[in-house]
Formats: sequence, C-alpha cells, structure tokens
Amino acid sequence: MSEVARIWVVMIVVGVGTYLIRYSFLGLVGDRPLPEWALRMLRYVPVAVMPALVAPLVVWPAATGGAPDPARMLAALAALAVGAVMRSVLGSIFAGMGVLYLALWAIG
Amino acid sequence: MPQASTRRAFWLGMRDALPFLLVIVPFGMLFGVLASEAGWRLTETLAMSAVVIAGASQFTALQLLSEQAPLLICIIAPLAINLRMAMYSASLAPHLAGVPRWQRALMAYGLTDQSYGVAMNRYALSPKMGHREKVAHYFGTLVPVCVPWWLATWAGAEAGTAIPEGLALDFAVPITFIALFAPMLRTRPHVAAAAVAVAVALLFSFLPWNLWLIVASLAGMATGSWLELRAERRS
Repeated sequence: MSEVARIWVVMIVVGVGTYLIRYSFLGLVGDRPLPEWALRMLRYVPVAVMPALVAPLVVWPAATGGAPDPARMLAALAALAVGAVMRSVLGSIFAGMGVLYLALWAIG
Repeated sequence: MPQASTRRAFWLGMRDALPFLLVIVPFGMLFGVLASEAGWRLTETLAMSAVVIAGASQFTALQLLSEQAPLLICIIAPLAINLRMAMYSASLAPHLAGVPRWQRALMAYGLTDQSYGVAMNRYALSPKMGHREKVAHYFGTLVPVCVPWWLATWAGAEAGTAIPEGLALDFAVPITFIALFAPMLRTRPHVAAAAVAVAVALLFSFLPWNLWLIVASLAGMATGSWLELRAERRS
C-alpha cells in the first residue's frame, strides 16, 4: 500500500472510530452510566498510553540513530517536571524545548 | 430566532474557552509542520485535522505512520488515546436530557479535552443553566477550539519545510506528549500508571508490530485502577 493510501485508511478509520467514541453516550437517550470498573480503567488511559508511547522516543531517539542522548533526556525530564508541578501544557512545552536547545548548545 | 439567554450562553462559552487559543494555535501549527516534514501533502494534513480533530491521537498516528508501523497498530494506538472521550461523553450526557439527537450528533464532533473541561466547569459554576443554555454554551466553546485548530494546522503545513533543521523539531513530538500527560499526574495511582507504562514499554520494546505499546498501556491502566480500588477499600 502506498504511503498516501496508508494515511487515508488510518485517517478515516481513526476519524470514524473517534467520532463513535465521542457520540457513544451523548447519543444514548437517557442516562445509562458505564460500569464502575470500565470508568476506572478509562480514567488511566491517557496517563498510560501517552507515557508508553513516549518512553522509547526519549530513551532511544531517532535523531541520534537510537543512541541515548543526554540533551534529549534532560529536556524530557524538564518538560515532565514543569508540566506536573505547574499543571501547564504550554509551560511544559517551553521548558522542554528550552532545555533541549540549551543542552544541545552546551553539550553539543 | 435564538433567545437572548442562549445567545448570552454562546458568547460566554466562547469567552470561557478563549485562553486555550494559547495551546491550540502552537499545537496545531506543530502538527502541520511535522506532517509536512514527514512528507505529507497539505490535503492529507488538513483532512486529518478536520476528520480526527484530536491532537494527541493525530501526533500518534503521524509518528507511527512515519515509523512504518503496521496499519493495525497505526489505527489502534490513536483510538486507544481517544478512548478517554467515552468518559467525557458519559459525563456530559446527563446534562443534555431533552436535547434533540441531531444537536448531540453535532456536539460529539467537537468533543475535546478543552471543550469538555470548559463546559463542565461552567455547568458546575452555574447550576441554574437550562439545557438550551448548556448546549449554546458548549457550541460557543467550540469556536475558539475547533476553528483555530484547522487554521493553525494549515499555517504550520505551509510554513513546514521552511523550518530550519537546527530547531531539533524531531523531539517536539515527545515533548508535546509529555506536556499533555504531565499535568494529569495528580494522584498516586496516576503516577504509578505512568511509571509502569514507561517501564513495560522499555522492557518489551523487542516485541514486533509495536505490540509493546498495547502491553504497556494495558499494564499502566491496570496498575492505576488497581491502586485506586485498593485506596478506596482502605478508606
């Protein structure tokens, strides 16, 4: 399959699937709550999926051919610390990219 | 003709969501920039932001597609990230008794972390709002959330290849993901879920077809909900 075709397949399936997730409970007339165990699992979806996805990108970055890179690790830690303490998405991005540039400039 | 109270609620929704412009514009631009660096044409980049309209999952799809991951993984991982929206949907629904189905169907399209968060905050602050005002307020929040997302994606895609290599934008994706989940690490179960997910992802990185991502996510979710359940039983 060509790269463009792959993009469209992913886009359409993810788009339709995401729409159905969003519509799921809004579309049900009345109020049928999810079972407690399902809600409990759902609460941890973002804090499980996103860190899992990020971990290898931080430890074995593609830009260095997979070799661990202190500048990128420091940057990730800075973004994590600022995001967790300040609860700010933008603050975290600025801290991460700021530390990355500083460290790349200092360490090389 | 909309009534004065629904018109007021619509404007209030717009105003309540306005600060998120600061997040959505740079984030949307970044998606446009990275997609064009990955070789995506403007058509695919814009269509993605219009069809999926969910930042974290779009970055995930972009990342996995660029890694040549199997198609099924490219689909499952972004969908898993968007599963949290079922939770939003479930918690919004009780506010919308009496709202026609076509309006709910439209509301579903724009359901995002921001629109959900802003609407729920407002409903908690103003418990006297009727369902018409609640719907109007919700649609108001979508104006500064959805429209800038499309426009920023477009701007980023146009700027795309003009961004110099020295900016190390390869690392902007991990940083933005960290920025999205770090503020959610509010409780011990949340922190433990993230830590276990990271450890399992690294330990099982040898698994083929990006299966480590699924294993690690499930391990993190199970850890978080188990710790939460244990804390509840103790108290």
